[in-house]
Amino acid sequence: MASGAELIRKIKEQIEEVDPKDVHELQQNGNGAVIVDVREQHEFEQSHVPGAVHVPRGHLESRIEGTVGDRSKRVILYCASGSRSALAAHTLQEHLGYEDVASMRGGITLWKDRGYDVDVPRSLTAEQRERYSRHILVPEVGLEGQLKLLDAKVLLLGAGGLGSPAALYLAAAGVGTIGIVDNDVVDLSNLQRQVAHSNDRIGVPKVDSAEISIHEINPDVNVEKHNVRLGPDNIVEIIEGYDVVVDGLDNFPTRYLLNDASVRLQIPVVSASILGFEGQLSVFHPYEGPCYRCLYPTPPPAELAPSCGAAGVLGVLPGVMGLLQSVEVIKLVTGAGDTMAGRLLLYDALGTTFTELKVRRDPDCPICSRDPGDISDEEMGVFPDYEAFCAGAG
Amino acid sequence: MATIKIPPVLRGSVGGEKEVSASGSNVGEVLRELASQHPETESQLFSEDGELNRYVNVYLNDEDVRVLDGLGTGVSDSDTIVILPAMAGGCR
Repeated sequence: MASGAELIRKIKEQIEEVDPKDVHELQQNGNGAVIVDVREQHEFEQSHVPGAVHVPRGHLESRIEGTVGDRSKRVILYCASGSRSALAAHTLQEHLGYEDVASMRGGITLWKDRGYDVDVPRSLTAEQRERYSRHILVPEVGLEGQLKLLDAKVLLLGAGGLGSPAALYLAAAGVGTIGIVDNDVVDLSNLQRQVAHSNDRIGVPKVDSAEISIHEINPDVNVEKHNVRLGPDNIVEIIEGYDVVVDGLDNFPTRYLLNDASVRLQIPVVSASILGFEGQLSVFHPYEGPCYRCLYPTPPPAELAPSCGAAGVLGVLPGVMGLLQSVEVIKLVTGAGDTMAGRLLLYDALGTTFTELKVRRDPDCPICSRDPGDISDEEMGVFPDYEAFCAGAG
Repeated sequence: MATIKIPPVLRGSVGGEKEVSASGSNVGEVLRELASQHPETESQLFSEDGELNRYVNVYLNDEDVRVLDGLGTGVSDSDTIVILPAMAGGCR
């Protein structure tokens, strides 16, 4: 029977080994090779090769395809000293059909001895690791994405039908700071759809009620409460510093105001609106896609713009739309996937149909065709016939 | 005949239908035909000078007619025209 040391020596003869110097050069040239750290979690957290992905050897067979789907890709494995990565390379090559696998000789120990940089990552507490374990398992989020979520500041405009589900799910997802702008109090007629509030909090300010629900689901979330009505005098001060704004506003003047302020501050807005059984969703990402004014240069007259208060809404609909908004927020923060920027989704709940329309940047847009610094306080939120619109809307 | 998708705020003007059909060789003709079948839609779609109202977006399939040939954009029977006014509703 061979000893462990003999087995490793034999395995090393059957695989390709590369020197840390070659790996470092590959990295500098950015040639698309994937560097995989196969050590245990606690070892990876202490330090790792910059840009390396983590697939512990114990989970190699079950997780490598999620990390490196293309078997023809160059894959370089490393561990502490080059033994575990040699065994892992052998497994990938002989049993999983990876065509271009190598193990880094001497592991991260030799890498460091050569004086190359390592990343010393931030990490989660044991409780956070447990709480967010299902995110960490998804490669598109992972530890890195979860840390981005924990660092993120997301502002909800309104803690009503759209803001309620967004508040709960973004809190659950671990968004570090959630700001809420709402100057309303909880009313019995809200509870048909506004799930962040409850029967025993009727009459309580919505920002306070939402904070209670957020902390019930995730006490670590920092809640910033803005118990005010958003207006031209306070919008810049309120939205500045947030990474993403979730728009659940209920009127056109404030939507235009938000658009102009968010373009000036270059903050992406995840926008949804609802009426009856139908919802609209898009992302307005300043200078990367169209803005709200590119889509709707001017609002309709008041008689063609009924509010939910006047026209009613299926209670579940804002739940659907608010969660679609939340998904867009997670993607904007983590960088995963493709956002709805440049696209408008129409959801018809009665027919269960989803229609997608293209939204183009307007080269003559009065706001986003200009430099952000050129957008003045005076013109923010202004649109043609503004006075007449507001008079008509009562 | 092309299919026209009617947004919720205009359905009262077309007898509650979500979709109606209208003939015409371009977007303008199809919408004119809609307005003659359902006169209440006329003032909602067109301004007094006969132009499409600025607050009404019209799409041929998934593309905004403003980036095509506007009301002159050609339409075939298999096309769908989407009329889309802005919606502001969140829900307080």
